Amino acid sequence: MRHVISVLVQDHPRVLNRITSLFARRGFNLESLAVGTTHQPGLSRISLVVSGDDRTLEQVEKQLNRLIEVLKVTDHSEPHVERELCLVKVHVAGVEERLAVKDIQEAFRARVVDVAQKTLILELTGDSRKIDSFVEALRPYGILEVMRTGAVAMSRGERTLKVRERREVV
Amino acid sequence: MKGAEALLKALEREGVEVIFGHPGGAIMPTYDALYDSPIRHILVRHEQGGVHAATGYARASGRVGVVMATSGPGALNLVTGLADAFMDSTPVVAITGNVPRALIGTDAFQEADVTGVTMPITKHNYLVQDANDIPRVVKEAFHIAATGRPGPVLIDIPKDVQLAEFTGSFEAELDLPGYKPTTKGHPKQVERALEALEKAERPILMVGGGAQHAHGELLAFAEKTGLPVITTLMGLGAFPGNHPLWLGMPGMHGTVAANRAIHHADVILAIGLRFDDRVTGKVSRFAPHAHTIIHVDIDPAEIGKVVRTHIPIVGDARLVLKEMLKGARPLKLATWWRELEEWRTRHPLRWKPKPHLQSQEVIRAFFEATGGHAIVTTGVGQHQMFAAQFFPVTRPRSFLTSGGLGTMGVGLPFAIGAKVARPEELVLDFDGDGSFQMTLQELATLVKYKLDVKVVILNNGYLGMVRQWQDLFHAKRYSEVYLADSNPDFARLAEAYGIRGIRVERKEDLRKGVEAVLHADGPVVAEFKVYHEEGVFPMIPAGGAAEDMILENPAEREEVEA
Repeated sequence: MRHVISVLVQDHPRVLNRITSLFARRGFNLESLAVGTTHQPGLSRISLVVSGDDRTLEQVEKQLNRLIEVLKVTDHSEPHVERELCLVKVHVAGVEERLAVKDIQEAFRARVVDVAQKTLILELTGDSRKIDSFVEALRPYGILEVMRTGAVAMSRGERTLKVRERREVV
Repeated sequence: MKGAEALLKALEREGVEVIFGHPGGAIMPTYDALYDSPIRHILVRHEQGGVHAATGYARASGRVGVVMATSGPGALNLVTGLADAFMDSTPVVAITGNVPRALIGTDAFQEADVTGVTMPITKHNYLVQDANDIPRVVKEAFHIAATGRPGPVLIDIPKDVQLAEFTGSFEAELDLPGYKPTTKGHPKQVERALEALEKAERPILMVGGGAQHAHGELLAFAEKTGLPVITTLMGLGAFPGNHPLWLGMPGMHGTVAANRAIHHADVILAIGLRFDDRVTGKVSRFAPHAHTIIHVDIDPAEIGKVVRTHIPIVGDARLVLKEMLKGARPLKLATWWRELEEWRTRHPLRWKPKPHLQSQEVIRAFFEATGGHAIVTTGVGQHQMFAAQFFPVTRPRSFLTSGGLGTMGVGLPFAIGAKVARPEELVLDFDGDGSFQMTLQELATLVKYKLDVKVVILNNGYLGMVRQWQDLFHAKRYSEVYLADSNPDFARLAEAYGIRGIRVERKEDLRKGVEAVLHADGPVVAEFKVYHEEGVFPMIPAGGAAEDMILENPAEREEVEA
């Protein structure tokens, strides 16, 4: 089963390396990974898309928690918002294609972010399934490039991925 | 003060008394500072020997072992030893030099990405970019290495950082917001565990290396409850090997009593062990009657990793046992013990005497001559299993062996570390001719520091364990395991180093040989030429279960129902 996991880490050099090497070494299947800073200085947040059974997922969480620089791990099994950004460069040979692409763009509420004589770059955010369908819809028109960021996720409502209070280590 | 001096000061503040290591270009500023430091340095002949010695030191003493090496090749020579310490949860701090910061990433002379390489085999590692960070990093490294589930931590310090002026403070604070090991077991779970044991008809207590420091509590708990005790290879010594409650070691070369006890147990209390495949065999057939498995471990990731756990207790073995002891009561296990007793008396560990000298009798002879009073180290292979079987240690931290990684060659350097840590103890390295040759250059270290280690090589002229598997599973096709045609004369080799060499070839010379080893003044290398086609039994083939136990030599193989 597909899981989206958020990991709060100290933004030290190589922390990403530690996480990917953990996945490689333990044979966990990592589908996507997206990283960025947070509003708290010194902390980064990583979104991982992982597939596996419950037991694998339990191990993924526990092994991530073993890393010294990992502060918190959440498996987004609760209601959450999931988004991915995608850029697609399509080939548009003539007016007819351009109109057809525009229809798809509107249907998906994508944006055109670059226009050239024979190409368009479209930008779309949404959950991964929506982006899959968008790319499929554009496929017949001649996709030149697709760039996806990988999913990011956040729990709905009051739930937050907070830094636990600092306790004395025994 | 230079970064290098600050490093040694910081190590001093951690109570470091000895460092095992080997100098080189990128660590020279630290070796220069060491010249004026009260910290003792043990010069090894190969960095692998250094890290194993630090591991042996840590295992024998319960303190953090420290090893130092230069960049690139020096640091990479630590890899096997770090992996070994990682697998067996041993607290080791490795300090490595690196090329100057400006050269990092340029493929400079003796450069290697050592933090990258050691990431999967250390608990944590550091690349120090600022000399002022040194005290904090050292403090964190020792804290991480020694607390929670112990493990190796590496600190990589570029040469220019060692040379940089240090202007920082030694009163550094730990900055580890993501690291807070749980040490106290959850009271509710502890209560549940005790209840499960009360209701059990055939309970057992299984103990691993994580309980070496909990031996006092363990003994008290076992004696109070009357539970049968099984210790894994890493747990040997955590519970006295001469105690009536002890059933021996489980697993591939474990005792019949221990393996049958696991097979028939209804409740298993497992403390400080990780259900290695050498212990469980095929997991789906492991402990098929156990309706309740209680797993006590300080590392939450170990719980549920291999076997299904019904009562998980995350915590330190000693603290959890202390809590359990409060509520422990004598259990009614008379019927269960009658069964256990029968297995134990009907199937003791034994060997079939042959006209040749045999490994088992050599080890047994040393056991008898010493009363078991020694720190035993081993290499990896048949001799290791024979030592585990026939030299039952009675005290904790007295059986040092490579459990998880199975690293050939650890015997001699482990013994060096153990002797440095506990100089008053008799230290015996039971080694194999194959294992010994992986690190034999450390004989020089014995000589240099006059370390009174007794090396006992059980020379069967083969990579014996591999040969045993070829015997059993590869139709006796002895592919590349024969050593006798090219082995050195070990006694003469020892003499070349200035160490007393002894050789024993005949059964009738055994006692005399053992006495000569034990009464020799200073280090000894004794070669015992043992029967070349011996096998270690009992044996559960890899991926098998207790029911598949082979009791004796395949020639007269006897399948025994568990």
